[in-house]
Amino acid sequence: MYEWDFSPVLAEGGFLLVGFRNTLVLTATALSGGLVVGLLLAFARLSHRRWLKVPAGIVIEVFRTTPPLVQLFWFYFGLPIVLSIEMTPFLAASLTFMIQSGAFFAEIFRAGIVSIERGQWEAANAIGMTYNQCMRRVILPQAVKRMFPSMMERSIELMKTTTLVATVSYADLLFQANELAQKTFRPLEVFTVVALIYFVSISFISFIASRMERRFAKSGEFTP
Amino acid sequence: MSAPVLRLSGFGKQFGSLRVFSDVDLDVMPGDRIAILGASGSGKSTLLRCINVLETPSEGRLELDGELVGQPSRAGDMRFSERELCALRQRVGMVFQQFNLFPHMTVAGNVAEGLKTVRSVKSQKALERAVAELQRVGLADKADTYPSRLSGGQKQRVAIARALAMDPEILLFDEPTSALDPALVGEVLGVIEQLANEGRTMLLVTHEIGFAYHFATRILYLAEGGIYESGTPDEVLKNPKRPLTQQFLAEHRRFQF
Ligand SMILES: Nc1ncnc2c1ncn2[C@@H]1O[C@H](COP(=O)(O)OP(=O)(O)O)[C@@H](O)[C@H]1O
Ligand SMILES: [Mg+2]
Repeated sequence: MYEWDFSPVLAEGGFLLVGFRNTLVLTATALSGGLVVGLLLAFARLSHRRWLKVPAGIVIEVFRTTPPLVQLFWFYFGLPIVLSIEMTPFLAASLTFMIQSGAFFAEIFRAGIVSIERGQWEAANAIGMTYNQCMRRVILPQAVKRMFPSMMERSIELMKTTTLVATVSYADLLFQANELAQKTFRPLEVFTVVALIYFVSISFISFIASRMERRFAKSGEFTP
Repeated sequence: MSAPVLRLSGFGKQFGSLRVFSDVDLDVMPGDRIAILGASGSGKSTLLRCINVLETPSEGRLELDGELVGQPSRAGDMRFSERELCALRQRVGMVFQQFNLFPHMTVAGNVAEGLKTVRSVKSQKALERAVAELQRVGLADKADTYPSRLSGGQKQRVAIARALAMDPEILLFDEPTSALDPALVGEVLGVIEQLANEGRTMLLVTHEIGFAYHFATRILYLAEGGIYESGTPDEVLKNPKRPLTQQFLAEHRRFQF
């Protein structure tokens, strides 16, 4: 019978905390960048200009159909050769996850935008709005409400995917845990704690998200 | 003699190989109220939507107050810049069959939106103006409600107020009562009648022939890809001269009592 002993892990709690903080920083960076990239890609893909539409489509498809770990290695080991620059694990990871989640967000944005009835565009146009004004004032506010659940799901997916950066030695939660496990010879306890940390934080985010969703549903209305 | 506010000449629209109408010539004088009748699919909506260029006309010219809208392209059709379209649509308002209110804005927000976003009127001013417009359609008390709480008739009145807020020279109505319960048709027609009494220039597509008779200064009957018959309500509705118009009206009178 295995004897559980968390004391060596808890004694080094600060070590894990550093990793957790780094995970949060990376997730937040990739998420905010990813939303911007996603919006730009979505607009580009919806555009009638071929020189915008086609490249955006290619970026989206490439990043959706290749494994994130391959993308990370490409940015970390490959890109420095092309650009002859110094690449840090954080920079490589931020770039990878920004564009990767941006590709997924773009499809969510696009689906949300095209789901808005044509009549909304027409009514906005009919009072003299430009394309951009329609988008900003009429289409996006409604689309965002519809997209919110899939956006949250994607964001949570992103937080989990960031564990891949441990492979390029970025000191995220998983990387720190691995170090700690080797130091304390207590992998079972260490990874149990790590799983718990993810479980608690992601459950917390989901809870906040579903409350926001309900709030959204109450404000204004949806005509089917 | 005043000049036409709106002039269509050689106006036409095709969808691919489908020619909806062609060679439409029409002068709309200030204060004209034109009711457009026709069988389903005769191109009434398309004609109206080409006038504010929600659909791009395939041929012909569109003039507002004697000024050509758009630039003729080498192929002969008209090209419209976004700026021209926005200017045109502020002068030619439209009310849709399905209302198309903005569901995420309050009633007053819907009416104020054009002023705020298109005309850059300050939010407070725009809302005051919106409430005044709502007063005209009898819905000032609904200013802070969301459209989902309104009946169809109320929604359509809000949509009319939204169009009016932009002070259009011409108002286009595309079957404004066709999506309504019969009991709610009256309140919307009442608002349109009131606008008629104010001397507004309007084009109305409708199946309410009785209303068209009392409301219109001129009737257009669309068929065979164009204006098939036109004239005063008495001419067209009481003494139609051409067979399709006669048939259409006979069809509509079938169950009258
Ligand atoms: N966007 C479109 N694309 C293709 N065909 C269209 C489109 N809009 C209308 N039509 C066709 O044009 C004809 C006239 O339609 P419409 O103007 O809606 O008629 P009405 O309003 O008189 O019932 C119909 O045959 C219709 O199918
Ligand atoms: Mg129609």
